[in-house]
Amino acid sequence: MQALYAQLLVGLINGSFYALLSLGLAIIFGMLNIINFAHGALYMMGAFCAYFLLSVGGLSYWWALVLAPIVVGLFGILLERTMLQRLAGLDHLYGLLLTFGIALILQGVFQNYFGSSGLPYAIPDLLTGGVNLGFMYLPIYRGWVVIFSLAVCVATWFVIERTKFGAYLRAATENPTLVRAFGINVPRMIALTYGLGVGLAALAGVLSAPINQVRPLMGADLIIVVFAVVVIGGMGSIMGSIITGFTLGVIEGLTKYLYPEASNTVVFVLMVLVLLVKPTGLTGRAA
Amino acid sequence: MKKYIYRLFAYLCPLLVSFNAYALDKNVKIGVLTDLSSLYADSAGSGSVLAAQMAVEDSGLTKKGWTVEVISGDHQNKPDIGASIARRWFDVDKVDLIVDVPNSGVALAVSRVAKEKNGVLIVSSAAVSDLTNAQCTSNTIHWTYDTYTLANGTGTALTTAGGKTWYFLAADYAFGAALERDTAAAVEATGGKVIGQVKHPLNTSDFSSFLLQAQASKADVIGLANAGADTSNSIKQAAEFGITRGGQRLAGLLLFINEVHALELNAAQGLVLTATFYWDLNDRTRSFSKRFQERNKKGDMPSMPQAGVYSGVLHYLKTLDKAGANSHDGAQVVAAMKELPTDDDAFGKGYIEPNGRKIHPAYLFEVKKPSESKGPWDYYKLLATIPAEKAFTPISQSSCPLLKK
Amino acid sequence: MTTLTTNSIANSKPTAPVRDEIRTFIILTALLVAVPISGLYPFFVMNALCLALFACAFNLLIGYGGLLSFGHAVFLGTAGYITAHALKVWTVSPELGIVLGVAASTALGVVTGLVAIRRQGIYFSMITLALSQLVYFIYLEAPFTHGEDGIQGVPQGKLFAFIDLTNPIVLYYVVLAVFLAGFFLIYRSINSPFGEVLKSIRENEPRAISLGYKTDHYKLLAFILSAGLAGLAGAMKVFVAQNASLTDVYWTMSGEVVLITLLGGLGTVFGPVVGAFIIAAMQEYLASFGQWVLVIQGTIFVICVLTFRRGIVGEVAHYFKMSL
Repeated sequence: MQALYAQLLVGLINGSFYALLSLGLAIIFGMLNIINFAHGALYMMGAFCAYFLLSVGGLSYWWALVLAPIVVGLFGILLERTMLQRLAGLDHLYGLLLTFGIALILQGVFQNYFGSSGLPYAIPDLLTGGVNLGFMYLPIYRGWVVIFSLAVCVATWFVIERTKFGAYLRAATENPTLVRAFGINVPRMIALTYGLGVGLAALAGVLSAPINQVRPLMGADLIIVVFAVVVIGGMGSIMGSIITGFTLGVIEGLTKYLYPEASNTVVFVLMVLVLLVKPTGLTGRAA
Repeated sequence: MKKYIYRLFAYLCPLLVSFNAYALDKNVKIGVLTDLSSLYADSAGSGSVLAAQMAVEDSGLTKKGWTVEVISGDHQNKPDIGASIARRWFDVDKVDLIVDVPNSGVALAVSRVAKEKNGVLIVSSAAVSDLTNAQCTSNTIHWTYDTYTLANGTGTALTTAGGKTWYFLAADYAFGAALERDTAAAVEATGGKVIGQVKHPLNTSDFSSFLLQAQASKADVIGLANAGADTSNSIKQAAEFGITRGGQRLAGLLLFINEVHALELNAAQGLVLTATFYWDLNDRTRSFSKRFQERNKKGDMPSMPQAGVYSGVLHYLKTLDKAGANSHDGAQVVAAMKELPTDDDAFGKGYIEPNGRKIHPAYLFEVKKPSESKGPWDYYKLLATIPAEKAFTPISQSSCPLLKK
Repeated sequence: MTTLTTNSIANSKPTAPVRDEIRTFIILTALLVAVPISGLYPFFVMNALCLALFACAFNLLIGYGGLLSFGHAVFLGTAGYITAHALKVWTVSPELGIVLGVAASTALGVVTGLVAIRRQGIYFSMITLALSQLVYFIYLEAPFTHGEDGIQGVPQGKLFAFIDLTNPIVLYYVVLAVFLAGFFLIYRSINSPFGEVLKSIRENEPRAISLGYKTDHYKLLAFILSAGLAGLAGAMKVFVAQNASLTDVYWTMSGEVVLITLLGGLGTVFGPVVGAFIIAAMQEYLASFGQWVLVIQGTIFVICVLTFRRGIVGEVAHYFKMSL
């Protein structure tokens, strides 16, 4: 039983990454109608950014937490302005293909310059060590990841669902022409949204840098799992993607304990089941 | 009579000339087939190409009138691409020797091609021990290490050193299973006991739940039967969960120095691993490694596979030098290589078994604490030396069909 | 809904396109038949032909059905594994091995198709991708695939007990014949009533439904056909490479076939073939540029999507107002 608690908690940590990433995907999809295949690569860039801020700029983890999402977010806005923007009005699939190409380029370039085995990134001093919870030894950093990402998710939800900016954003998703008629700069808003979604990916990257080896392909396989998470949750609601992210992390954690061989496939199996029962996903609206 | 002698000369001359032309064929082409773009780009990759070039220079053949050309190719870790590049190299580009070949699948595929085209293959990076067992050929030499070396070295030496109970974290596919099986056998043969194992899927990013299970087992040693990023991540996260500080030992069954470098000592300290090459073993390895590092664009010390490429190519060229010419007959060259004892800066003295297994000592290392290390690349301290005759599968146990003649 | 490709409505004259296509087909066949005497390396062409058949099968779905499958490699790889295993372990004849491989891919196509066609557009792509990753993990862990080692040294044998496939020239013509047969089958399907309905679904699915077509049936059928033909390509690949490995089921391979088709021209008859030859040449002859392969592929993706969405063949056809 104790082991079970431990696994649940560990699952929650993984769920934090799923939630942050699928949240970013959902925001981007909602606004740009693009499935951002480059999300995994941008997550990787976030982690690399943290590494460079530390090794070149001497800026600590805490700075990275703020700066990396901004840097990568700006890079995202640049991508949107120069490339993604041109796909407006075309089929969704071109967006997928373009971002897939961008992901390949980013991963390839990073691989060339930084090798395959990756770069080290230590846990910040303040968060090293751990506490004994009785049923497990919990590294403080892991607890921090859960709490921090939960806070970020809730904040994002609040901005989108409860603020004026969020209201514009949702309105522009529904009917861009009408919103433009009110004098709101929709293209700029789209760019900002892409930046925001990408920034969330970068944030997840910074959070994972002390846990996982910082390496060029760190996001390549993760993105496919996150796709499955998104399909399960449906991309209709912000809250939906957050909850699905955390839940799937926990389910995956349980599988690692009960039947570890299947822990990488359980998310995909769940996806098939959900599709058979409710094709629009758990929280999704009909397409 | 005179006329008769002239006629004899007239017959013999072309023969002599052609024999001479044959004897004077001093062209060699070496293809480094490696992974330039992915998982093994650090431990092999461009460093392997450099190692091959250094071997060519050190052989001194160019001064003796030989033309040695080194080309390289990226197999992208795809066996079909690897095999088709190898086939084209042998057929069209007239490559004599293919060397390196990380990734077991690609190595096995290329080994078949080398046999079919009667070329020479020296495998340095791939670990699969089938190359000198069921799937051995008369055209392949397996140079640097194999799963047996890793499993047996770490399993035996660590159990002898007091690690009596083992728990395995194994990647759930053929390679992980083989590594775990061989290590478990070595552990049990030495009087140790395997008290549990967990199989994790390949490319897992979060190992915490597996590590928790390993931690709860209270085993003396946690054996990591995985590779690449999986190994790096499990080591990094083991440090986070305080596993080595809790008194358990972590044994990396397949780990290269580049990965330790990337992890940094903070995360990797206390880890035990087996290798057949380390740059700081003796004067000879140091001198080779310094030269390598100076010329390596990445600034890395040579890894075990890269050192193997150097050693293998050097021995190949020595064999050709001794023969005086390149016969372009792969099987014959490999046979000659097996006759000639090996000796080079990276691995010292050694020899090649009839099944194509290159034999040299292996070493059990422990990764230093940050306080013990004098600087970058000063990472290992020697725990034990496994003598050459014990480091590899005994020839009597090899299932290589070549031996059954 | 926006139209996926601009190649679809290029020509309005009903008879001209068929003539263009048949003429091109004859030229292509003549060129391919002449390969062994041209000095071109036959193994390279065989590899490219397998890729081309795979891409044509894929193109049937995206180019004519508007369905972007991002997990098509599993069909290639499944047939590869089954054929290789059947030939090596069960020692069946080559023709039976091919049949078993294609059957396995077709069966997998039925299952995958049933799940995937429940969603449209972008979801369809993500679902196929996720399913392919699921299948990849199964193969990775299944003992018969030998994990990273792959199934090696598959015997080529004698087709119908008298055609010796170990002879490269013979093998070449067998691969060519299979490719042409597969290509012809796809070509016929596209120009059949079935193909017309498929195109109508791509252009406007609700309208097709309102016309009384059970669009799901058509989509499923297209999916299964495409999976089976991808399997045929995978089975042939086993004879060429003499091995079957994980790379053929990994998602990067799925990405590659998208790239091939996009580069050649989505929804063009010959685009996938042209794309396959270009990408295969890149992999073989740019091998020494190894580290840049990923970047080059990514760049091609970006350039294609941004500047010439019709692909090479599509642009040529558009320029000359032909149908290719």
